[in-house]
Amino acid sequence: MTATTDLDVREGVDRETVETVQNMGSYKYGWDTEIEMEYAPKGVNEDIVRLISEKNNEPEWMTEWRLAAYRRWVTMTEPKWAMLNYPEIDYQDQYYYARPKSMEVKPKSLDEVDPKLLATYDKLGIPLREQMILAGVEGAEAAPAEGRKVAVDAVFDSVSVGTTFKDELAKAGVIFCSISEAIREHPELVKKYLGSVVPQSDNYFATLNSAVFSDGSFVYIPEGVRCPMELSTYFRINAENTGQFERTLIIADKGSYVSYLEGCTAPKRDTNQLHAAVVEIVILEDAEVKYSTVQNWFPGDEDGKGGIYNFVTKRADCRGDRAKVMWTQVETGSAITWKYPSCILRGNESQGEFYSIAIANNFQQADTGTKMIHLGKNTRSRIVSKGISAGQAQNTYRGLVTMHPRATNSRNYTQCDSLLIGDKCGAHTVPYIEVKNTSSRVEHEATTSKVDDDQLFYCRSRGMDEEEAVALVVNGFCREVLQALPMEFAMEAQSLVAISLEGSVG
Amino acid sequence: MLKINNLHVKLEEEDKQILKGLSLEVPAGQVHAIMGPNGSGKSTLSYVLSGRDGYEVTEGEATLDGASLLDMEPEERAAAGLFLAFQYPVEIPGVGNMTFLRTAVNAQRKARGEAELSSGEFLKAVRAKAAELQISPDMLKRPVNVGFSGGEKKRNEILQMAMLEPRMCIMDETDSGLDVDAMRLVSDGVNALRDAGRSFLVITHYQRLLNHIQPDVVHIMANGRIVKSGGPELALEVEENGYGDLLAEAG
Ligand SMILES: Nc1ncnc2c1ncn2[C@@H]1O[C@H](COP(=O)(O)OP(=O)(O)OP(=O)(O)O)[C@@H](O)[C@H]1O
Ligand SMILES: [Mg+2]
Repeated sequence: MTATTDLDVREGVDRETVETVQNMGSYKYGWDTEIEMEYAPKGVNEDIVRLISEKNNEPEWMTEWRLAAYRRWVTMTEPKWAMLNYPEIDYQDQYYYARPKSMEVKPKSLDEVDPKLLATYDKLGIPLREQMILAGVEGAEAAPAEGRKVAVDAVFDSVSVGTTFKDELAKAGVIFCSISEAIREHPELVKKYLGSVVPQSDNYFATLNSAVFSDGSFVYIPEGVRCPMELSTYFRINAENTGQFERTLIIADKGSYVSYLEGCTAPKRDTNQLHAAVVEIVILEDAEVKYSTVQNWFPGDEDGKGGIYNFVTKRADCRGDRAKVMWTQVETGSAITWKYPSCILRGNESQGEFYSIAIANNFQQADTGTKMIHLGKNTRSRIVSKGISAGQAQNTYRGLVTMHPRATNSRNYTQCDSLLIGDKCGAHTVPYIEVKNTSSRVEHEATTSKVDDDQLFYCRSRGMDEEEAVALVVNGFCREVLQALPMEFAMEAQSLVAISLEGSVG
Repeated sequence: MLKINNLHVKLEEEDKQILKGLSLEVPAGQVHAIMGPNGSGKSTLSYVLSGRDGYEVTEGEATLDGASLLDMEPEERAAAGLFLAFQYPVEIPGVGNMTFLRTAVNAQRKARGEAELSSGEFLKAVRAKAAELQISPDMLKRPVNVGFSGGEKKRNEILQMAMLEPRMCIMDETDSGLDVDAMRLVSDGVNALRDAGRSFLVITHYQRLLNHIQPDVVHIMANGRIVKSGGPELALEVEENGYGDLLAEAG
């Protein structure tokens, strides 16, 4: 790309933000799709775990794996150390399995697909051709693609409804499918890696997920392969009172590369919905994985009613030397966010990066950050966190950096900036640092500032209204992180920043 | 075009009167200069006209083409055609200069019910105007005013003015900090914008700028009001003798 067109594109990206502010209502993805659903009975017990396993046609070893997790889970208690305040969650008052009825038998043509499901994809901004593939229409793969290719796997409530570009990826040896399919088709890979980064016993929410996860995405990039396109998963919670427990497993074999995007939406509901996902990434020697998330679950309304409880465990294991991982997250949604994407830097010279924007408006609460666990020699990590609080929201950065005795000559750099809009919100920074050798260095910088009146006035004196001015200044504050995102996501993220701050000024 | 009548302004936070009955009228197509000692209230006047918070108008009025400015939001004043080139331009980290300009241009067009400029049109216009002001493409990409030199910031203000095409341009000490060549560039830029439908209010300490931008009227401001108005020769007098005599004369 030439410098000129690059600039043009960036221009367009930035402009999008501002247009969005003007054009958007509040929560864009808040529609509710009335699709006939099939539910398992409410609550969780061994029978439900077995039922989920059975619905996915899983082999016996998988059912046992789930049951082991379930038995562990009933002995555990919910963690309460986060700076979060929410009423007791009744785990028996949730549906743990729901799927669109029309998925019971794969549709043969678009006519057989529930039109409402298609409309949902449309609203999610998934191009038509990919919609056809997602809906499982035969022959859709052969239709020409428009623009840049992004392979999509969509998870609708509990079920992966389809994956695009499968054949093309298969040619490169890349496996990209739903995890339930991987369990059936690639048991050797799943058995080897599932639970190897986030063990069943890891934490309350991860253990629950291990028992009841209904679907999610699976990626395997073979040795030396650069994945020919970006891979993307859209998660959507639609059904009421449904928990979504997806499980993602990504394996980057030696010397491979993949960029993976994850997008999340949910309808507006005035009851809280539970989301407890697990993402495991295994990165072998010289391989690199970029994992980007734009999380836009429904945050609840202006009065703090409704919204998603988002308890997520994401971890990457740089198992081989020189393995690299980069987490980029834009967290604008959810009523409650509990999320610490982590990097285990096991291989020598392995690298972990974490770029985060967390926005909390109205009554949202976010407790998010990362863990950088340096085990190998000469390992490097970098953390850039931008937290924005508005309304009465509370935003906490919680980060852990450990340098083990063997992790000699390792470095961490952490930059943690908080921006406050208004005077009823809060920002907190909780860094934990442990250095157990003498040759490693950890640097931590933190700032907290208020959105600057002079900047706002300068923008307004040029003709922007107050919301536009705030969106522009805030996007500027987040720029370093936005730039770490792939282009399409950067656009979406910028608009989201603007939307999520609506009503925060004036 | 711009009419200010008996304007009294105090600070909102404290009991300090800064403008004390200021009156001024700039007809369409004219260039007026304001000179005056430090602290006489020149910047305050420019801020009050553009709608900055922190001031309280206790008396008087200011209108742009008959419409009362003081009741409008800052962005409404901008859309109505008022522009202030800041004495101290503000830095906005992370926001590309180009993005900022484009957002501003389109916000104003939208407010006036005009179609937004396409990407192509906008880039073409910016590049041409930036070249005239010798603003490098690199400066267009960099964050607004961040790390710009004093003179670069001033030229950047004039670039914004050229892009926004306001009808009433207030320039607060745009010449301060400019080298001789930059002064000529800026003046050429301003002169290119001069026409029958556009007016300028140029705040300056130095006669030199007024050699390049010929004013129709020069006002002397002191202690919150205009104490004397006259032709370009008034500026020469200030340059030679300072404010002493003029202020004494005004009482
Ligand atoms: N926010 C404020 N708080 C306190 N004093 C203020 C404030 N704003 C302006 N003043 C005072 O009001 C007076 C006028 O200030 P102003 O900046 O308008 O002067 P000026 O004519 O532009 O001066 P200069 O030529 O130095 O730019 C000064 O005495 C200044 O200290
Ligand atoms: Mg001044």
